[in-house]
Amino acid sequence: MTALLRRAGQTLLVLLGVSVLVFGVFFATPGADPTARIAGRNASPQTMEKVRHEYGFDRPLPVQYAIMMKKLFITRDLASYANRGERVVPEIMQAAPVTACLVCGAAFIWVTVSIAMGTVAAAMKDTWVDRGLMMLGLVGISIPVFWLGEVANLVTQNRYHDTWLFSWVPGLGYVPFSQSPLGWLRALVIPWTVLAVMFIGIYSRVLRTDLVTLAGEDFMRTARAKGLSPARVLLWHGLRTSMVTFVSLFGMDFAQLVGGGALLTEVVFGLPGVGRLTYRALTTLDLPVIMATVMYSAVFVVLANAAVDVVYLFLDPRVRDAG
Amino acid sequence: MQADPAIPLLDVRDLCVSFPARGRMVPIVEHVSFSVPEAGILGLVGESGSGKSVTAMAIMGLIDTPGAQVSGSVRFRGRELVGLPPRQMRRLRGRDIAMIFQDPMTAFTPVYTIGWQIDEQIRAHERLSRTQARARTVRILGDMGVPDPERVAGRYPHQLSGGLRQRAMIAMALSCNPTLLIADEPTTALDVTVQAQILDLIRSLRGTYGSSVLLITHDMGVVAQTCDATLVLYSGRVAETGPSGRVFGHPGHPYTAALLDSIPPLYGPRPDRLPAIAGAPPQPVERPPGCAFGPRCAHVHAACTTAPPALAPLGPGHAAACVLPAEGTPLPPRTPAWGNTCP
Repeated sequence: MTALLRRAGQTLLVLLGVSVLVFGVFFATPGADPTARIAGRNASPQTMEKVRHEYGFDRPLPVQYAIMMKKLFITRDLASYANRGERVVPEIMQAAPVTACLVCGAAFIWVTVSIAMGTVAAAMKDTWVDRGLMMLGLVGISIPVFWLGEVANLVTQNRYHDTWLFSWVPGLGYVPFSQSPLGWLRALVIPWTVLAVMFIGIYSRVLRTDLVTLAGEDFMRTARAKGLSPARVLLWHGLRTSMVTFVSLFGMDFAQLVGGGALLTEVVFGLPGVGRLTYRALTTLDLPVIMATVMYSAVFVVLANAAVDVVYLFLDPRVRDAG
Repeated sequence: MQADPAIPLLDVRDLCVSFPARGRMVPIVEHVSFSVPEAGILGLVGESGSGKSVTAMAIMGLIDTPGAQVSGSVRFRGRELVGLPPRQMRRLRGRDIAMIFQDPMTAFTPVYTIGWQIDEQIRAHERLSRTQARARTVRILGDMGVPDPERVAGRYPHQLSGGLRQRAMIAMALSCNPTLLIADEPTTALDVTVQAQILDLIRSLRGTYGSSVLLITHDMGVVAQTCDATLVLYSGRVAETGPSGRVFGHPGHPYTAALLDSIPPLYGPRPDRLPAIAGAPPQPVERPPGCAFGPRCAHVHAACTTAPPALAPLGPGHAAACVLPAEGTPLPPRTPAWGNTCP
């Protein structure tokens, strides 16, 4: 319990640090006038003056930081000038569920498939099954996600769309779950798979290596000497122990994807998520949006990291005591 | 199954184990034969790399290196274990033959409690409910001298001291009441005081559980304290075998004698320097054609270098793989510094 509290305290501190850092990068960089950057290109002097006053750029840095945080988290009225006063925070809040759906589905696929692949490969070490699966994993890692996405689109949207195989695939875009669960599933199933492919490759290979290394451990020998079946030794002793590594890897990847790392997938499949928002903001140099998405993604990485640590406490009794 | 006094509990004949290395088979254990009687304690002594642990693993059927060859015969209560189908071997493992490992620090799976792991072994072999299994776990932990066994059963391996962990390990090995316990250097990783306690515990098993023990160690002192019979392995072959009293009093093999010399005496004047055996045992790949101990032996002569000497009988149950007794120049008897006669 104290470990949990301490972890929560640390998380708050890290969040504070991250926000200061992000703020510093965007607004306290010497030699650049943040007013001009927020107001957008070719802004009138009146707009410039308004922005300068609203954001407190004529006041000391700590005040500027406080105003910015207030606009981000309390009043949530940080507005995008390049986009004619569109409120940034609600925009992100709208985009976040789309990204969350995309990433959670993909994560479910990649965790299940990679655990299955890695375990089977480790159990059949050095057979052609093992080599085949690991080769497949390597191929998955090497394929860029945008290319795979485009190919998937090409196949399912154009040439073969009218065949029985892909006629169920809806056009690009997103259908909210509340509107039509089936439509939601149909719109997301291909993006899920495409996003999961690379992670399946990485995770199954990591898991296999981990399991093979563990097989030489003393406790695995003890488990066999107890007269347990090979499957039980592998799953209950090997796999359970390697979940510790697996979860730490998963936490990082999951966090960065939810924080907007699925940008390419979202762009390719036209999903209005945080990644696509970032992408659009980058192309129009919409500074408030960029800063807000960076902030959002940093918050997510830190939160997910904290979540992983909590899961760790449950998975590894050694950590529980050390905390 | 009723014990037949004529058939030893464990009878190992001509056991050979070889592993593939750099394209050829390297013999690690060669023609090792011994037997463990019901309720007997046999000490298997040898340096690191002499094939002690491999012998134990072969008996347990735990050698799974691809390409490894195990030949010869291992009979447990008259039943051949070499070549037994894995499923039947598994039923025997943990229930009839159990094993204790060297390092109790790493021998438990770190993510489960001690009690869970002992329960698991019980439930793998017997149809018991969770609570029944746990009750037995707690009872055995208590028998092994674990204080507050109920609480210890709920603890994780890293939360226990080495001595407690080894007690838990022994409890786990004994949880299904095995007839044979193989203990692979059970005290090597422990403090000396804890070592003595664990050895006491192992010795007492014979009385309380009727278990036979195959005790693997590199420590002659441990053997002297614990075992009825002794088997000295050198470089994968049997150097000497016999009742502990005979082996310690009348060593027939220069290697045994040298091992005994290198124990500091408990009584009498202290030697300036402990005699050590010069050189190192040969690598399995480059064992000499003759006696493997030849290159380090003070008594080596021409007869030793042609072929490995056969085991020559020296007395009741006592034999040594050395040419000296047959040539009429046996080693002199020793006054045992550590024999069973000493307190």
